[in-house]
Amino acid sequence: MNNAQIEIQIIASLVAIACAIPGTFLVLRKMAMISDAISHSILPGIVIGFFITQDLNSPLLLFLAAFTGIITVVLVEYIQKTGLVKEDTAIGLVFPILFSIGVIMIAKNANDIHLDVDAVLLGELAFAPFDRLIWFGTDVGPKSLWLIGGILLVTVTLLIAFFKELKISTFDEGLSASLGFSPILIHYGLMSVSSVTTVGAFEAIGAILVVALMIAPAASAYLLTTDLKKMLFLAVIFGVFSAISGYWLAHFLDASIAGSITTMLGLVFLTVYLFAPSKGVIAVMYREKQQRLEVSLLTFLLHLKNHDELEERHVNHLREHINWQKVRAKSVLDLALKNNMISVENNIVSLTNKGETFTSKAIDYIITNEDDQIEDMKDDFFLFRG
Amino acid sequence: MDFTDYTFQVIAIGTAILGAVCGMLGSFAVLRKQSLLGDAISHAALPGIAIAFLITGAKDSNILLLGALVSGLVGTFWIRGIITKTHLKSDTALGLILSLFFGFGMLLLTFIQKQPNANQAGLDKYLFGQAATLLIEDVWLMGIVTTACLFVLLLFWKEFKLLLFDSDYTKTLGFNTKFIDILITSFIVLAIVLGLQTVGVVLMSAMLLAPAAAARQWTNSLGTMVFLAAIFGAFSGVFGTVISASQNNLSTGPVIVIVAGIFVIFSFIFSPSRGLLFKQIRFMKNRRDLELHKTLAFMYGIAETHENISHPHTIKLLNHFQGFTKKTLKELEEKNYIKISGTEWSLTQEGFDTASNLYNQQSKNDE
Repeated sequence: MNNAQIEIQIIASLVAIACAIPGTFLVLRKMAMISDAISHSILPGIVIGFFITQDLNSPLLLFLAAFTGIITVVLVEYIQKTGLVKEDTAIGLVFPILFSIGVIMIAKNANDIHLDVDAVLLGELAFAPFDRLIWFGTDVGPKSLWLIGGILLVTVTLLIAFFKELKISTFDEGLSASLGFSPILIHYGLMSVSSVTTVGAFEAIGAILVVALMIAPAASAYLLTTDLKKMLFLAVIFGVFSAISGYWLAHFLDASIAGSITTMLGLVFLTVYLFAPSKGVIAVMYREKQQRLEVSLLTFLLHLKNHDELEERHVNHLREHINWQKVRAKSVLDLALKNNMISVENNIVSLTNKGETFTSKAIDYIITNEDDQIEDMKDDFFLFRG
Repeated sequence: MDFTDYTFQVIAIGTAILGAVCGMLGSFAVLRKQSLLGDAISHAALPGIAIAFLITGAKDSNILLLGALVSGLVGTFWIRGIITKTHLKSDTALGLILSLFFGFGMLLLTFIQKQPNANQAGLDKYLFGQAATLLIEDVWLMGIVTTACLFVLLLFWKEFKLLLFDSDYTKTLGFNTKFIDILITSFIVLAIVLGLQTVGVVLMSAMLLAPAAAARQWTNSLGTMVFLAAIFGAFSGVFGTVISASQNNLSTGPVIVIVAGIFVIFSFIFSPSRGLLFKQIRFMKNRRDLELHKTLAFMYGIAETHENISHPHTIKLLNHFQGFTKKTLKELEEKNYIKISGTEWSLTQEGFDTASNLYNQQSKNDE
């Protein structure tokens, strides 16, 4: 690895961390799409800033662009408050219009400015190490490294200083207001941090892919834990992992670094989405199948309890009467046998003592809906745990 | 600008049809609170375009759009999967699919650009759209899709409407809600994919939302709204094309979006029943009426203590009372509730009666 490669990976990792922190709160506050809106609508701010400063790294440009981000949030909230359209429509209207204004401003002045819409949207991390910051004649590193490092420092400081406030206002706005932390102040604080991070990161990884770095690590982490600190930690880990592995993917494919990082984020999310222990799709589907089986079992046991006639309790009758498929009937029968709920003699099914008690308890529970009746049944069945 | 120019006509007709179909289907997206779905789908279509190109190597826009359609549908159903199978909320699901698919698409696009075959130029037009590349065949395709869409809309109108406003009721009536839902979503995806070539991935969502959001302000009837949205969409398309054609360096997509945005702002402000302007006017009128009542009630309180209700009082008596201005006095006089002579006022019989019934006859609502 040469120097430039190491610097790119450091920048990418810093961007990932800086995005993951506000991203976690955006996901928890159900405002993920706001980050998408901000990332588009900062374009006119960037263009105006660029007209004035002619430098993509100037603080004024950063400020103007971040300010446009805040304006977007305010506009969306204003439109929403008028009650003319719903929040999602408000978001969907504001950012394309602001973005269009930015595109047109660039197009009308194409001869004067070296600013490409593609560059703003997609960024070019590969060039980041070549734009050096010279301080008192010495080269102290790439400009974007300092920029994103500074933003990250501020974000982390704010996070540590206001962690309690952020946590309370995210999960219980009313409580936070009654304790004296203004939820509105926290809200706009978070929006400001998100805007500044988006602006700081756009040059490196592009405005749209900032959205991926904000949402995907946080969403993946949210599927694995419900503890805020763990979620933040996991999101940062996922972000950094995708940043570094994405860089190498781009290196081998000779393709866009930002695109590769996003693809890695996508793979991470897909893995978590499928295999997360309790909230992953496979776990959920398994649980649903289990529950379906248990409901069938209960139906079956109730049926047995209600009928003393031999023909009603014949194995084949089960399928005709309750209209089950062969496989399902068999798995229900097996489950019941495994739990010693029934005994089968000459293809005639009858309840055992255990089955009798279980069924009576279950009926009691269904009628009264009192939890303490089923404490000892919980271990055997998923159904009664929820 | 020569408006009889063949290319211009093709583009104008194309954008008009596109605007109309987007407006129609966008109405459903807006009312179903799926506004941002359009944004997610349009971004999610990008990798499909790239993959279609990688597989076939063809630049034929129909094949690329087919790829976009498949990838858009995959994105849509994944979003549904995330919302129904996990505890992640819809905004997170939308943002995830949007950014992840888009990023993957960018990876593929840059990968294609580095490939040796020089055939790949023109894929990035799908990012921001280039109406100028519209051919008469594309317009025909749009026309066919729009007709099909119109046909399905009319055929399933009752079901769509029912699902839109009361999905539980629809289910109890025995309709297959899942099928209707998938049908309308698929058509939304189709409309978005059609627009990619003209408006581009990034701005497509506005094309879907803006005409519908504007139309919503003018009516409470679904049929009228769909119709109005189609009209607004078509006009945005044509105006946008005209404006961008008459200037250099103006891509059509952003201009169309801004024109549609102007429709929205105009509707937000000037719509008679919901618009901000008339709402403000009504608000001010109500406040003035309230002040009038307040003053009248105060006068009534004074007049009550005298045997003759028309006993004159000096205006100074009212000075510390907030609701009173010269204008309210004049208005009260015009309504014949009081008489003013010099610096004194006196209640008339009519004014006395009105004031005494002010707070127990709300249903009368004379002011």
